[in-house]
Amino acid sequence: MSLLQVQNLCAHYGSSQALFGVDLALSEGEVTALMGRNGMGKSTTVKAICRMIPSTGTLTLNGQDLHAWPSHKVARAGVGLVPEGRRCFADLTVTENLIAAARPGDWTLKTVSALFPRLGERAGQRAASLSGGEQQMLAIGRALMTNPRLLILDEATEGLAPLIRQEIWAAVRRLKTDTGVAILLIDKSLKELSSVSDHAVILERGKTVWSGPMDTLTRETSERFVGV
Amino acid sequence: MRVNEHAITAAVILGLIALPVWALIMDEPFTITLVTRAVILALAAVGLNIVLGIGGLVSFGHAVFFGIGGYAMGILAYHAQTYTTLELGMLSTGGTKFMPVIWLVAMVVSAFVAGCIGLLSLRTSGVYFIMITLAFGQMFYYFAISWAQYGGEDGLSIYIRNDFPGLNTLVPIQFFAICLALLCLVLFLMARLQSSVFGLALNATRQSAIRAETVGLNPMRLRLLAFVLSGAVTGLAGALFADLNRFVSPTMFSWQLSGELIVLIIIGGVGRLMGPVIGACVFVTLEHVLGGLTEFWHIYLGVILLCIVLFARGGIVGLLTGKEGAHV
Repeated sequence: MSLLQVQNLCAHYGSSQALFGVDLALSEGEVTALMGRNGMGKSTTVKAICRMIPSTGTLTLNGQDLHAWPSHKVARAGVGLVPEGRRCFADLTVTENLIAAARPGDWTLKTVSALFPRLGERAGQRAASLSGGEQQMLAIGRALMTNPRLLILDEATEGLAPLIRQEIWAAVRRLKTDTGVAILLIDKSLKELSSVSDHAVILERGKTVWSGPMDTLTRETSERFVGV
Repeated sequence: MRVNEHAITAAVILGLIALPVWALIMDEPFTITLVTRAVILALAAVGLNIVLGIGGLVSFGHAVFFGIGGYAMGILAYHAQTYTTLELGMLSTGGTKFMPVIWLVAMVVSAFVAGCIGLLSLRTSGVYFIMITLAFGQMFYYFAISWAQYGGEDGLSIYIRNDFPGLNTLVPIQFFAICLALLCLVLFLMARLQSSVFGLALNATRQSAIRAETVGLNPMRLRLLAFVLSGAVTGLAGALFADLNRFVSPTMFSWQLSGELIVLIIIGGVGRLMGPVIGACVFVTLEHVLGGLTEFWHIYLGVILLCIVLFARGGIVGLLTGKEGAHV
């Protein structure tokens, strides 16, 4: 059974429909890339999975219907979100950001600091004073502190310097190899996505138009739907 | 020059001890009463600071809990002093003059009412939350006015201050010591709360409820708990305030008092540990000094408030430490 099962997912922003039938499935320990051009519904799909916006269709985590749950319960059930734009708690320090989100499990302040040593160095610093890359690491660390079974990274490397991007991708690879966490990735770098993802799902106008193992994604398909 | 926040805390506590001791030596009992008033208002504002400063909820009805504390003291002491029975449905009691019991009742009833008000009002946010809490405040105010059994509009006088074991509460310095000890205890607990997981989660909720939800925090539950704790602390302050004046009246429920508590926090520093204490000291000083010069002293208070809001967003504590207050 899939950890996350999404079928015919539809969602609206007020009166305008944004998702017209998204299908995707994720198993434990699997990394899936959610791809598509800008405005095709990737972030909306993530918001619907996290119950931040209402949706219809099938949406289950480990067989349990997520539609019945509020956002915080979805997070507690094991969906860790690293939102687009990082969105750390600016007034809290690095450690406080991590403690506020902490749930029992393998991920602790120590293990997060081991994954991102920079966070350990900046432990007492307010999140607002961190660089963009450090804030991104903090956002990932904060999601990990919830000890998720599914980690969603929405544009985790957007607007970051190449060196910092490498650090983030290295951390994602470590998460894939060292932990059993399933990862849903949204990113613009096809090269990095291809190297780390097992599967890919492509959205076009709020609908799944292609899905399958990453190594079966042809150049023609990616150029047609993703533009790269 | 930036001052360490711990240094400010120590200086204020020492000042609050030194001033009444000086007044005792100089035989100025009124000064002790003034400082006691500041300490009690500070305690009430520390309670409000839990929801306002950490939780970012502008409660414009905190006088409800202050009034409940006051009436809890007034009703229990009234029955004890007049040897009449207080009938509470199945339960009847002769009241009490024992302060710790009065405080406990004040806190429990305030917490219960805060729970009920919170369940309804916390479903809203922003200006609607302000209006709902104000509406509850007015409901209690008008109820107290029409509560003829306990003095109605005229309020209820208590002939003698309630008892505390081992102390003569009628001696101003001894009653002050009780109030200051309670304030210090609550400040200690508040400091612990601010750095606790609950405090951090509540702070996170203030910064963004949606973001907090995505990391598994339940904003409604956190805010409700904060509201209940806040109500209990303000209720305790209300009981002490009524004991200080040996009088309780519907004005303890008034929206002006709710507003004053917010003003105290803004003057001192929103979300700062000592913000409410410094705010209360400044407020009582202005009330006494300027109030002696002109009955329109609130105008000057308004100017000070305006300057703080415009030029020192972190209040006096923020000004001294060079840090902004919590964004509400």
